[in-house]
Amino acid sequence: MEQSSIITIKELIKRFPVGKGEFTALNGINLAFNTGEFAGIVGPSGSGKTTLLNIIGSLDTATEGKAVVMGQSTGDLTTKGAAKLRRKHLGFIFQTYNLLPVYTVYENVEFPLLLLQMSDSERRKAINDALEWVGLTDKIKSRPAQLSGGECQRVAIARAMVKKPEIVLADEPTANLDAANSHNILKMMLKLNEELKTTFIFATHDDKVIKYLKRKISLEDGKVVKDEIIKIKGD
Amino acid sequence: MIAIKLAYRNLVGAGLRTWLNVIVLAFVLFMIIWHYGILDGWNEQANRDMKAWEVGNGQYWQENYDPYDFFTLEESHAKIPEALKKATNDGIVTPILINQGSIYPEGRIQSMLLKGITPDQNVIVLPSEELNVESEEIPVIIGRRMAKSCKLQEGDVTTIRWRDINGTFDATEVKIVKVFNCDVPNVDQGQIWIHIEKLQEMMQAYGEATMFIIGEDFEMNETVSGWEYKDFDFLMTEMNEMMKMKKVGGSFMYVILMLLAMLAIFDTQVLSIFRRQKEIGTYIAMGMTRAQVVSLFTVEGAMHAILAVIFIGIFGTPLLIWLMSIGMTMPAGSDDMGIAIAETIYPVYGAGLIIGTSLLIFVITLIVSYLPARKISKMKPTDAIKGKIQ
Repeated sequence: MEQSSIITIKELIKRFPVGKGEFTALNGINLAFNTGEFAGIVGPSGSGKTTLLNIIGSLDTATEGKAVVMGQSTGDLTTKGAAKLRRKHLGFIFQTYNLLPVYTVYENVEFPLLLLQMSDSERRKAINDALEWVGLTDKIKSRPAQLSGGECQRVAIARAMVKKPEIVLADEPTANLDAANSHNILKMMLKLNEELKTTFIFATHDDKVIKYLKRKISLEDGKVVKDEIIKIKGD
Repeated sequence: MIAIKLAYRNLVGAGLRTWLNVIVLAFVLFMIIWHYGILDGWNEQANRDMKAWEVGNGQYWQENYDPYDFFTLEESHAKIPEALKKATNDGIVTPILINQGSIYPEGRIQSMLLKGITPDQNVIVLPSEELNVESEEIPVIIGRRMAKSCKLQEGDVTTIRWRDINGTFDATEVKIVKVFNCDVPNVDQGQIWIHIEKLQEMMQAYGEATMFIIGEDFEMNETVSGWEYKDFDFLMTEMNEMMKMKKVGGSFMYVILMLLAMLAIFDTQVLSIFRRQKEIGTYIAMGMTRAQVVSLFTVEGAMHAILAVIFIGIFGTPLLIWLMSIGMTMPAGSDDMGIAIAETIYPVYGAGLIIGTSLLIFVITLIVSYLPARKISKMKPTDAIKGKIQ
């Protein structure tokens, strides 16, 4: 079955000023991601994984080249346009969860829906569905400080998934989790990827994550050194 | 709308930090309302008392009369004009004759003003009817301040000395028949009230007056030659100016209190932006624009003021009402200040005072909250997400 490209990256270069000179974090990246992919950008620290993810997520812009996400070139977007793209089509999962500390689990998951100005009833249903996917229906009134690391990341996944975005960008989602929690979370994401056809893109160097990837893009010194489709062998 | 909802959640979630700021703001708001209430209450009481005791609904002054220059008293009396005769007979206006004199309580000498008034007048509430008593000496009434300064009391007999219109000095004995209690020093301090006809006789100024106090039913249809009309507002100018000065003086205290409260809000906002960088990054990652985040933090800060108003509404209102019912007892000696001041002042809280003060605090809090929040728009979201200090 032919799949459409949801993300296209062409000749992307990203340089950062360092002292009087410049550091090239990404150097001539060409990539395309299709709908429903479960892909990972892997590589050692400093290889440019997070930078690439940030550019795809329109949190950062390319120095040269372009990244087209959902048909929109992120470099050409205004700050409002970029915010709209993130609000409507992108979900983020962070290494340190980035939950809002004063909100309950319910409120954290509700947050993206508030930005989308969904009605109360729609919101309630979507939140309950999302919390059911991640198995946290019994923790809706808890605050992040009362949860374990695994639970926090599950809340973060629910928050990223609640609006059913086309793309979820996950930056080292298991780095702060133990092996058991990492596997649970990855299984959960894989399930959501299969059920909702959401495109997942990971930035990781964690073998536990790599094991679950269907596509592995290896980055070294800001360059794609390998892009391979992986056949899942099972758990 | 969303900013308000989220700001409210953030504030409630922040717990003690929020409530400390809210309590400080509420305290400032309470102090301003209460203090201005006291000044307004004082102003209202002074207006009421001065109208009742001294000013009436206005006055006619003999054209030479200047209350600030005692030397004018020699020339500032004239026959009761025809235009005011009927009103005087009807008791709608009351004539007052004023002369300078001296009193000799217990052998001491003290300058004073002799004020003649019709005993049966009803224009002001001075207990002039007490002057109708039969006595060997001339009956006079004095206020408690005068009684205190001269060490006189009811029933005392003392000597007074004056000069008639021909310049001849004379003296006689007077009997204090009444010491009245009054909050208006202008009808009390350094004054003796006497039957006007007696004073006219003493001064050889028969049928003359220095001024007229106008009652409620008087309608002025014509100008009175040789007499100047002074309306109520003119006669209250000095008092009103003094109250304005008091308010300006009091506002220094509010400025200091406000500065302290605003410093607390500013500090909280700066700290919030410093501590909550990760949160700010997360907001942006989830699709909020920087302007939305700035407005969220601004609303969050400004909401302290709203919560403070609500706090005052719930906890401060009963206290303000209670303070309004018991009033504030003025310290001993305050009645010697020379302005109309009651023993107890009851605060008056107008809608303008409450709404105006609340709005002022809200606007200042909004500005103080916005200033540090602007820093957010300069943040790099990629660094903010990681909580990197920028």
